[in-house]
Amino acid sequence: MARVGIESWPVLRQLTGTDRLGRGEAARSKRTDALVARTEQADRVVSSVCPYCAVGCGQKVYVKDEKVIQIEGDPESPISRGRLCPKGSASKQLVTSPGRQTTVLYRRPYGTEWEPLALDDAMDMIADRVIEARRQGWEDTSGGKPVRRTMGIASLGGATLDNEENYLIKKFWSALGAIQIENQARI
Amino acid sequence: MAECHPVGFQWVMEAKARGAKVFHIDPRFTRTSAVAHRHVPVRAGSDIVLLGALVNHVLSGGHDFRDYVLNYTNAAAIINEDFKDTEDLDGLFSGYDPEKREYNPTTWGYDSASEEPASGRRDESSRAPDLSAGDLSHEHGPGATYEATPSQTGRAPYRDDTLEHPRCVYQVLKRHFARYTPELVEDVCGISPADFGEIAEAIVANSGRERTTAFVYSVGWTQHTVGAQYIRTASILQLLLGNIGRPGGGILALRGHASIQGSTDIPTLYNLLPGYLPMPYAHEHEDLDTYLERAAGDTGFWGNKRAYMVSLLKAWWGDAATEDNDFCFDYLPRLTGDHGTYQTVLDQIAGKVKGYFLMGENPAVGSAGGRMQRQGLASVDWLVVRDLNLIESATFWKDSPEIASGETTAEEIGTEVFFLPAASHVEKGGTFTNTQRLLQWHHKALEPPADARSDLWFMYHLGLRIRERLSGSADPIDRPVLDLTWDYPEEGPQRDPSAAAVLKEINGYDADGNTLSGFTALKDDGTTACGCWIYSGSYADDVNQTARRKPGAEQSWVAPEWGWAWPANRRILYNRASADPEGRPWSDRKAYVWWDGEQWTGHDVPDFEKKKPPSYVPPPDAKAQDAIGGADPFIMQTDGKGWLFVPKGLVDGPLPAHYEPHESPVDNPLYGQQTNPVRQVFPRKGNRYNPVGGEVFPYAFTTYRLTEHHTAGGMSRFLPYLSELQPEMFCEVSPALAAERGLVNGGWATIITARTAIEARVLVTDRIRPLRIRGRTVHQIGLPYHWGSAGIVRGDSANDLLPIVLDANTHIQESKAATCDIRPGRRPQGAALPALVRRYRRIAGIPED
Amino acid sequence: MENSLYGPLANVAEDAGYTDPPARAGFFTDTSVCIGCKACEVACKEWNAIPDDGFALTGMSYDNTGALGASTWRHVAFIEQTAPREVGDSAGSTRWLMASDVCKHCTHAACLDVCPTGALFRTEFSTVVVQQDICNGCAYCVSACPYGVIDRREDDGRAWKCTMCYDRLGDGMEPACAKACPTDSIQYGPLDELRARAQERLGDLHREGVAEARLYGEDENDGVGGTGALFLLLDEPEAYGLPPDPVVTTRDLPAMWKWAGGAALALAGGVAASFLGRR
Repeated sequence: MARVGIESWPVLRQLTGTDRLGRGEAARSKRTDALVARTEQADRVVSSVCPYCAVGCGQKVYVKDEKVIQIEGDPESPISRGRLCPKGSASKQLVTSPGRQTTVLYRRPYGTEWEPLALDDAMDMIADRVIEARRQGWEDTSGGKPVRRTMGIASLGGATLDNEENYLIKKFWSALGAIQIENQARI
Repeated sequence: MAECHPVGFQWVMEAKARGAKVFHIDPRFTRTSAVAHRHVPVRAGSDIVLLGALVNHVLSGGHDFRDYVLNYTNAAAIINEDFKDTEDLDGLFSGYDPEKREYNPTTWGYDSASEEPASGRRDESSRAPDLSAGDLSHEHGPGATYEATPSQTGRAPYRDDTLEHPRCVYQVLKRHFARYTPELVEDVCGISPADFGEIAEAIVANSGRERTTAFVYSVGWTQHTVGAQYIRTASILQLLLGNIGRPGGGILALRGHASIQGSTDIPTLYNLLPGYLPMPYAHEHEDLDTYLERAAGDTGFWGNKRAYMVSLLKAWWGDAATEDNDFCFDYLPRLTGDHGTYQTVLDQIAGKVKGYFLMGENPAVGSAGGRMQRQGLASVDWLVVRDLNLIESATFWKDSPEIASGETTAEEIGTEVFFLPAASHVEKGGTFTNTQRLLQWHHKALEPPADARSDLWFMYHLGLRIRERLSGSADPIDRPVLDLTWDYPEEGPQRDPSAAAVLKEINGYDADGNTLSGFTALKDDGTTACGCWIYSGSYADDVNQTARRKPGAEQSWVAPEWGWAWPANRRILYNRASADPEGRPWSDRKAYVWWDGEQWTGHDVPDFEKKKPPSYVPPPDAKAQDAIGGADPFIMQTDGKGWLFVPKGLVDGPLPAHYEPHESPVDNPLYGQQTNPVRQVFPRKGNRYNPVGGEVFPYAFTTYRLTEHHTAGGMSRFLPYLSELQPEMFCEVSPALAAERGLVNGGWATIITARTAIEARVLVTDRIRPLRIRGRTVHQIGLPYHWGSAGIVRGDSANDLLPIVLDANTHIQESKAATCDIRPGRRPQGAALPALVRRYRRIAGIPED
Repeated sequence: MENSLYGPLANVAEDAGYTDPPARAGFFTDTSVCIGCKACEVACKEWNAIPDDGFALTGMSYDNTGALGASTWRHVAFIEQTAPREVGDSAGSTRWLMASDVCKHCTHAACLDVCPTGALFRTEFSTVVVQQDICNGCAYCVSACPYGVIDRREDDGRAWKCTMCYDRLGDGMEPACAKACPTDSIQYGPLDELRARAQERLGDLHREGVAEARLYGEDENDGVGGTGALFLLLDEPEAYGLPPDPVVTTRDLPAMWKWAGGAALALAGGVAASFLGRR
């Protein structure tokens, strides 16, 4: 602990300093004197974009010790000029909320509870099921016309995802022959 | 806009401070109304009457921007003499087949040319027969004083530049909208002639050379059985007023998700390939050539469709795609009809869909007909949900309303569910495309926690596993999977595929692997690869252009060095229209791009070939952009014109006509045809419809979002800071309706449709206003749709009330206008809930489930 | 000394013992451009790590946080006003007023004046802040505030309120609420500039015919010597739940000051002693 000299006594400061009523300078605590904005202590600041609506507001993400310590508007954005709506302002909570589900959960058919499952196992199980469902729903022709597709697999989602993610979704599902690939834009 | 796009709304406030007049036309008085100059309440589902009357006001008063209309639109084009309007056929256009409930659009064409649509329905149907170009034996109408002459390009239709030919688009429009009067607006929309007059005068006064007017809309326009035609009506109005392609003009769609524009451009949509190329439909014999013939016209920039398509196939199948095998065109699966999300749900219930992926989407709350949605989820063999939180679409098997009512139990639901946690936006790099087509790269700030992974990681690693399992397969159906280019560089501890490498592939590269400068560099011979032609240039010069962040204050007001906008970093589409036919700005005040004597220049990247002079006249057999004249701004259209009349591409008519919502409290006063004749209906168990009018479901309701929540709530109801701001499902009713039904502010109400009943807290407010429609009082009820059975704050879901009934162009549901009953108090619990709904159906004479 | 407790005060921070302090910092909340989005409430909570304030629908328009309190330092009020009319009359007779309320950071802050522990103090920016390491939860400040701003948090007993993001100001940043505000309804800056801007805005609105526009908190001769957070309102203060004529509760009680000062002295001495004890 830092040494506290007698000159820092509030009483003394009040009686000898300019703050005779003890309501300002003289009343400051050591913690108050040490106060800095936590953004000043960030290990890095990363430029980002708000994940909610399609205005595309600029965000600055402050990271310390591999944790997000603050997300706020990027004043340099010509779109948003540093401003954020309540949802954008809640972005840090979106990322750091303790309620966020961060592990894989599995519900077996007719099950009544979630069960834990290793990510690797889940990926293997899903790969097996995709291959099987693809074959089950495979159609070489429909109404006499060649279609070379599977009706066994469908997918919904993409409007909250990155372009690159949508690209891989469309590319891979199309290669598998799945056509029921949709997202919020239809809704 | 203030409600759902508050930060974008700062620019409206800025415009207002600088003298712009702001009208807010909405069934409800919202936070936007609060700061607009005028709020004009409208009955949900009646906008075509309002917009059509504005069109009529412009046409009958001669207020159109004639130089713009004559040169830049198809106003002068002459329409096929067999075309019959809704005015002639009591609400139907010519070509309707009542058996199939669809139109044959052949008669909607121009008189001397067939036009290929730049968007809308394309590859599916066969082409309308070509009318031979330049047929001079063409007969004129009787007593005409005009002179119809073949226009400059061989493919273009006959024109009448006097706009007096009775079959020219201008006159067709005039007749079509003649009965859309202020009196009709009052009768159908509930807007007084005085209010209408104020709007009409304001938009006319604020259009022309010196001024522009902008329209802003959201799903309040799209979520109708006539949604596409709502926007069409606005397009007609804005073209007539010269407000397209000019600064301060336009029809601006405010989209609700961070990259919903991107997911349309690079479509996770069944009917599109990247860059709005159509997915191929099934035909007896189709190869790349016949597909391309159907896909788009040969003139305008779509004339380069072969380069776009071949480059896409090369991006996907790399070395396997060769000229000899049609660049693997046959690897693409084929469509046979509507495979949209609602059709998929019905197919799930019918047992046709085995596995389902939900990636950042919560249909159990966010899609219309919530019960059908959850029934679909309960009908598949397995379900993968990727999200940040445990949303209802993941937990439906234990907490759905159907579980609560005892209609089903977890033990009866056989769906195997995998919940895979997703990475948040700060835990992955990549681009979002915002509502103005701007791609912005968001950098990865840190690794995602625990099992959370990006969807990029998920797709890539799932792909690796599937390819590994299929490797060595001799089955031809596995070739497209095994030949797929799937070799992205990996990064970081989780072996993430490089998002930048994916963006480079989207941008495109040449045979040597150099990134392409833009879509004009694409070749049709297989020497270039490009994952999405409209995004080509986003990684030009091997630089991630989407990551550019030159501060707004350090560049022009157009801010061209922030992010990257498709196409070619243009910020306003079709901006050639901001200059007159000779290439001069329409006015100094509205100068944007112009011809400087040698090239196009200005504040933005000109949406025109840089060196094409305004005087350019295409030679007769010109193709692609060479067929577009120097004064034709709409370069994606085959004729370079803005289409007031749409000869092809829409399934419900070349012009917008007012049809009542599928569930409406009133009759259609305009036509015997009550509703859009080609709307998609699905009458069946679980999706019964309320009858039109009647006393059982006497009230109209509309659904919407609140500032404090995000769509189906997956990113808001799980956060304390947002949940506390709007903690409960509520309904908004007028004091008059509250008195009529005994509803008390802060109390509870039960809202009932033929689908189900939900409960909501009551807000009695003057912000909801009863309207006088067709001689009677119509009450509207407002319902936000954010809540569900999971999250920090929970409540019934408004989407459960809605039926599945769709716009036939877009397959989007009508969630903005339906009917219901409302009564005080909480809804019954358990089995009493379905019993109540059954009772209502019985009284209304609706078929029993 | 008299001015220190009532009436105009030329330099609030100097009066509190600061030598050559920065310009007095303030908020100007222009409710005529507020869209009621509540970004200010959330941005404030995120920055200051304030707990949620409960999940109950109030039934008062779109206001579900109710009032300023220990866990709500920015509060947006929603006031629905309608003139009587007939069915079918769509004339614009409805007003929906929205206003983001906040601690006024008074020139004469009763909360500070009555605080016996020195927890509340005047910063060099002339704002009023609770030092959470000192507050003992006595709650004198709670009843002293003429605006009902400061409050005790049930779980930890201490008094909490807006700090005008004191930690941010020290690093040259603006408060979180002002930064987030989409329409610039909340503006932060040197109070003198804000006062001038507020007068200018008021003049503009009056010229536009918005006769009911008025300023609140800008008068240095009011009961609190003017506030560090001023407002442009579109109706009587009462319509927004603001006191029409707030008076610093310590105005007539110099004796109270002496008592409180003595208590503060005693306590501060105690705190100092405890430091010494830990050496």
